[in-house]
Amino acid sequence: MHLTFNPIDVAALLNDVRTSDGGVCLFLGVVRNENEGLPTVAIQYEAYGPMAESEMARVARQVEEEWPDARVRILHRAGRLEVGEVSVAVVAAAPHRREAFEACRAAIDRVKATVPIWKKEFHPDGSAEWVDPTKS
Amino acid sequence: MRVNLLYFASFRDAAGLSEQVRELPEGTRVSQLWEAVAREIPRLASFPTMPPAAVNREYVEADRTLCDGDEVASLPPVAGG
Repeated sequence: MHLTFNPIDVAALLNDVRTSDGGVCLFLGVVRNENEGLPTVAIQYEAYGPMAESEMARVARQVEEEWPDARVRILHRAGRLEVGEVSVAVVAAAPHRREAFEACRAAIDRVKATVPIWKKEFHPDGSAEWVDPTKS
Repeated sequence: MRVNLLYFASFRDAAGLSEQVRELPEGTRVSQLWEAVAREIPRLASFPTMPPAAVNREYVEADRTLCDGDEVASLPPVAGG
């Protein structure tokens, strides 16, 4: 459950899967080349570090309470990312696929709603602005 | 009493600083601190309602009473993922 300035090692995330897990659901958030019709070349992610860490842990704990068979891991990147780089990874593993899918979906939705992380989008002309999801 | 107020992202840009120690009367609530800050920083006053706030790295209600030494943050709309 953490925040990292280094590239996310997706393969390493799958190492924690238990032998009882028959379904592993992996969600990756990736920097896209446009937003609302404007081209994007990079995104700067800024976090309230310690609170982002504790909120991600809280989200994982809460999801594991609601889907007791699932185990959830969340990693979020901070710093400047280019198009195509992974910004967030959520792994949910469970004995069966249904819980894995549901826990994964719930975890990423809650991460986006509560974890104190912000992004500034950079455009090809050098302009940039903070993304406000409440205005889109 | 004193609290440490943190600014992030668009709020940091608007305030021109990332943190600030503020002297407050005992019993000040989070909402009162926000009102004081919004009076000083006109770009924040344009925010329609008080943004979510955190005290000591946890979300709190607007009527939460602050204590000496608290770390307080008003959080712009989060946009992780």
